[in-house]
Amino acid sequence: MDAVLLQILNGLDKGSAYALIALGLTLIFGTLGVVNFAHGALFMLGAFCAVTLSRILTLSFETIDETKVDFLGNPLKVKTPYVESWFGPETGGAIIDWAVPLSILFAIPVMITIGFIMERGLIKHFYKRPHADQILVTFGLAIVLQELIKYFFGANPIPTPAPDVFKGSFDFGVLLGYDPNVIIYPYWRMVYFLFSTIIIGGVFAFLQFTTFGMVVRAGMADRETVGLLGINIDKRFTFMFGLAAAVAGIAGVMYAPINSPNYHMGMDFLVLSFVVVVVGGMGSLPGAVLAGFMLGILESFASMNWIKDIIPGIDQIIIYVVAIIILLTRPRGLMGRKGVMED
Amino acid sequence: MSKFNVTRRGVLKTGAAAGAGLALPTIFTSSAYAVTNNPMGGTVTLGFNVPQTGAYADEGADELRAYELAVEHLNGGGDGGMLNTFSSKVLDGTGILGKKVEFVTGDTQTKSDAARASAKSMIEKDGAIMITGGSSSGVAIAVQGLCQEAGVIFMAGLTHSNDTTGKDKKANGFRHFFNAYMSGAALAPVLAKMYGADRKAYHLTADYTWGWTQEESIVAATEALGWETVNTVKTPLASTDFSSYIAPVLNSGADVLVLNHYGGNMVNSLTNAVQFGLREKQVNGKNFEIVVPLYSRLMAKGAGENVKGIFGSTNWHWSLTDEGSKAFVKSFGTKYGFPPSQAAHTCYVQTLLYADAVSRAGSFAPCDVAAALEGFEFDGMGNGKTLYRAEDHQCFKDVLVVRGKENPTSEFDLLEVVEVTPAAQVTYPIDHPMFAGGSLGQCNNGA
Amino acid sequence: MLGISKKDMTILLVVIVLALCAPFILNPFPTGSAMAQFNAGYPDLMQRFVIFGIFAIGFNILFGLTGYLSFGHAAFLGVGSYSAVWMFKLLSMNVVPAILLSMIVAGLFSVLIGYVSLRRSGIYFSILTLAFAQMSFNLAYSVLTPITNGETGLQLTLSDKRYLGQSVTESGSIPVTNFFGLEMRSTYDLAVGGWNFQFNAGYYLCAIIMIVAFYVSMRIFRSPFGLMLRAVKSNQQRLNYTGINPKPYTLAAFVISGIYAGLAGGLMASMDPLAGAERMQWTASGEVVLMTILGGAGTLIGPVLGAGFIKYFENIFSKINDTVLHQWFAFMPDGLEDVVVFIVHPFVGKGWHLTLGILFMLVVTFLPGGLVEGGQRIAKLFKREKAPAVPPSDPEHHPKETPHVAE
Repeated sequence: MDAVLLQILNGLDKGSAYALIALGLTLIFGTLGVVNFAHGALFMLGAFCAVTLSRILTLSFETIDETKVDFLGNPLKVKTPYVESWFGPETGGAIIDWAVPLSILFAIPVMITIGFIMERGLIKHFYKRPHADQILVTFGLAIVLQELIKYFFGANPIPTPAPDVFKGSFDFGVLLGYDPNVIIYPYWRMVYFLFSTIIIGGVFAFLQFTTFGMVVRAGMADRETVGLLGINIDKRFTFMFGLAAAVAGIAGVMYAPINSPNYHMGMDFLVLSFVVVVVGGMGSLPGAVLAGFMLGILESFASMNWIKDIIPGIDQIIIYVVAIIILLTRPRGLMGRKGVMED
Repeated sequence: MSKFNVTRRGVLKTGAAAGAGLALPTIFTSSAYAVTNNPMGGTVTLGFNVPQTGAYADEGADELRAYELAVEHLNGGGDGGMLNTFSSKVLDGTGILGKKVEFVTGDTQTKSDAARASAKSMIEKDGAIMITGGSSSGVAIAVQGLCQEAGVIFMAGLTHSNDTTGKDKKANGFRHFFNAYMSGAALAPVLAKMYGADRKAYHLTADYTWGWTQEESIVAATEALGWETVNTVKTPLASTDFSSYIAPVLNSGADVLVLNHYGGNMVNSLTNAVQFGLREKQVNGKNFEIVVPLYSRLMAKGAGENVKGIFGSTNWHWSLTDEGSKAFVKSFGTKYGFPPSQAAHTCYVQTLLYADAVSRAGSFAPCDVAAALEGFEFDGMGNGKTLYRAEDHQCFKDVLVVRGKENPTSEFDLLEVVEVTPAAQVTYPIDHPMFAGGSLGQCNNGA
Repeated sequence: MLGISKKDMTILLVVIVLALCAPFILNPFPTGSAMAQFNAGYPDLMQRFVIFGIFAIGFNILFGLTGYLSFGHAAFLGVGSYSAVWMFKLLSMNVVPAILLSMIVAGLFSVLIGYVSLRRSGIYFSILTLAFAQMSFNLAYSVLTPITNGETGLQLTLSDKRYLGQSVTESGSIPVTNFFGLEMRSTYDLAVGGWNFQFNAGYYLCAIIMIVAFYVSMRIFRSPFGLMLRAVKSNQQRLNYTGINPKPYTLAAFVISGIYAGLAGGLMASMDPLAGAERMQWTASGEVVLMTILGGAGTLIGPVLGAGFIKYFENIFSKINDTVLHQWFAFMPDGLEDVVVFIVHPFVGKGWHLTLGILFMLVVTFLPGGLVEGGQRIAKLFKREKAPAVPPSDPEHHPKETPHVAE
């Protein structure tokens, strides 16, 4: 039982990452009807917003320490971040320590801008083109974005740790009456889970309870009629693209401490997030969230040792097996509508 | 122009001018010419096949830097680097056998298919006489097989699997890098000394051949010293989040976690393990410990703070103070501004060893070169006295046990050498079961 | 003749000429010259051009005609390769049984996957095929290692049985793949002036098979069966209403294209006896989709062009390093040379992906019909500029794509 609880926790956390990415993807698809293969790249850009900000915060000046030598035998250059010299090592250090949470403030405007530029500059021209063309152009864009990141940041993962207070893990087991160390869970992953629930809830509330969201939902259902009513739906859709980019971006920012970001992390998530979206049903927001959590939890279960003993290699393929079963039993995924992307 | 029957690209490059306008049809079948790509002009072409895209691109870039440095030194440029400390003195900075060294580069993409395509284009199009490089065992074994068939020498880059010089060994392939068995043999005694002999280990292993050979090696070496293996769990190759594999570790009764991962997998699994706070926990009344058997400084950088205090093994590290290492670090550091990685070191050394073997053999023919390398003993290349064993083409040399440094003085200063395990302790008999099966076969001078 | 129209005959002839003269066409620069870097006329790359051409032609039969976008076609290629290598390991080094087996196995595999996946359409179909292919890849890489040799890829060894052939040659090495004695790797070198042309037996085998495959696909495109497939693409509901069940047709198209992929896989293994699991990864499936769309989906020759385009970048651009760049621009003054190299550097060598990505975007943005449309536009331009009396068969020009093939 404890093992199951543990994997449910893990699954919720994995699932929240899947759900966040899939949410943005399906938002773009639902509003604009565009299959966006560059969505993983937006997630990756978000993570690199965190990297960039922590680089900015640690911009340093060099002083020469004569007592030590570097690897070539020259006097060692010691780097001190400007932030530390301005605010003192205490405050400065704390600012650097909190770089990742601070990056959210930095990432939101950056990602919205990137989203706007992408939509106005490129995606706009592809609304009426076949899905195959959309896939090709966004895939090309994804490659270009990740290669640019590789050019500036290299191919290796870059450590972006969470603030010190979130280091270590919380012992859930003790709360529930188990022995210590049976069910532990890292603090930062709890933060990630809470954060994504808030974001997902926020997006839903925005679409549900604001006039803007209502118009967008109307546009998703019937774009032409909304246009005939004299509403400039295009403008709102552009905004929705920016919003989706921001959601992917901050998902990336918060994910950076969990796994050190590298330039191809977007591609790693791309296939998975498509599977999530499709299993949830194309164009369905609740479906994407549901499918994200479901696949995350099932993936965690599949990695349990006794399950792997029964079916070797199941953890490698569980996501795909589930996708096949669901698509064969529910033709349009969990919550898909008829006629969307079926031809 | 006297040897039309042995031509290929080499002669064509130089002979083309003389033969202008003249058609020279010659039929090449398997036995029609003696040596593939035998260099005939004033230059010799080496093929540097490294990952330039994908997760190991940075490691590949460092390998490429080392190769360029080696070529510079072979051609008499720079400060000569390890040529000055190398125990064999036949290389004099005039290229190889008086021929200027040129090189071509390719991208392995860390895929066996792409690596073979790239190596083939070097052999078929550019006339490369030797192929070297790579950053994973799958690629090394695939390219080694290709070179055997094509009849050129393969000097492996970074490849750590036992199979490269075990069941997949080839007469035309040579490995300077150490292997999983050696990691285990070097690491286990240090671990037993530091953490005690009654430890219970839990292994997470990347689910492919390299991971398996490493797991097997570490399990065997640690169990021989009294450790118990609680469980070995395979993790999917595509994993980026290892939380669901790490979470159950604490409750398994194990007090050591061994991460048989490399590259991006290693960075992620180590980061995840530290996030779970494993290292602050007490199990069985002992501090919980994490071990990463194969360390790479480049990759350790990706894990940041998390490597501090974690043991592992490595082929070479720039902080070594022998003359060879110092000379190499100096010329590499002066040229590029940062110290070389272990991948760069092994690639540099492999290039020099090849050049030296050709010079001693007086011939580019792979069989002659192989004979010159087999049983060759040398020193001054950074790992102490080293033997290229004739029976399996594996180098036997000292292995470093390292630990993540607690107080690094710079971004390169991540590892400290804890122990230099002497070559004798990591040497194994040729018929060791972990290396059983397969045979070198016959050396191949060319198709 | 051959049951095809005059127009198609021209296209076929062009393909035949291009394929047979490839060693000349792809080697336009003298061997010693700086531009020799751009030569693609060496056996391995030429083989890859035609093999991926076959793969893309087959994929186009499914995608171009029926509109079903399979994201898992690489699985069939991989399965084909594995079966071919197993044939070399167990039977003999003759490529014929290996290729036949790879087509049969890939065909059976595609019947299985096609039958299940074709129960859905649109993106749901794509994800189903993707899921099957990723499962094959993940399992081949790990759990199925006894059959696939996992990460390293399935290779030949000296201890293979080869019941109808020899395990080891007299010289102690692994025998090479052959076509009834003709070794696939034997190459005839022809040096003319500064040029060096390589005629490789394996390439010509692949080229001839590619021509046959192209002819077959042409016949399918022009057949009533092909017409039925187009009907599936344009409106499946209408077909249903007229009382026709489209499923057998689409399944047939799926299996045919699976067999094409298996054939390509078998040929790959015959040219270079190794089968790696990466051949089945989603990126490999994505690659054939890109080839087809880039060249022009639904056109006859587009996929072949797209395949050539991508493979050219992968193999030629990735090999351009800084040393080569400095050689090219050596004629410039030093400072300028460094600047130019600095500018070009991010796009070549390790940056070849970047160039490829940019070209994808440019092609799909400005040439919605792919490279074929580019060819048509250039052809039109030529026609307009030259006197109208000039016949359309312009010898110095690339194959004329006739508009009727473009959907």
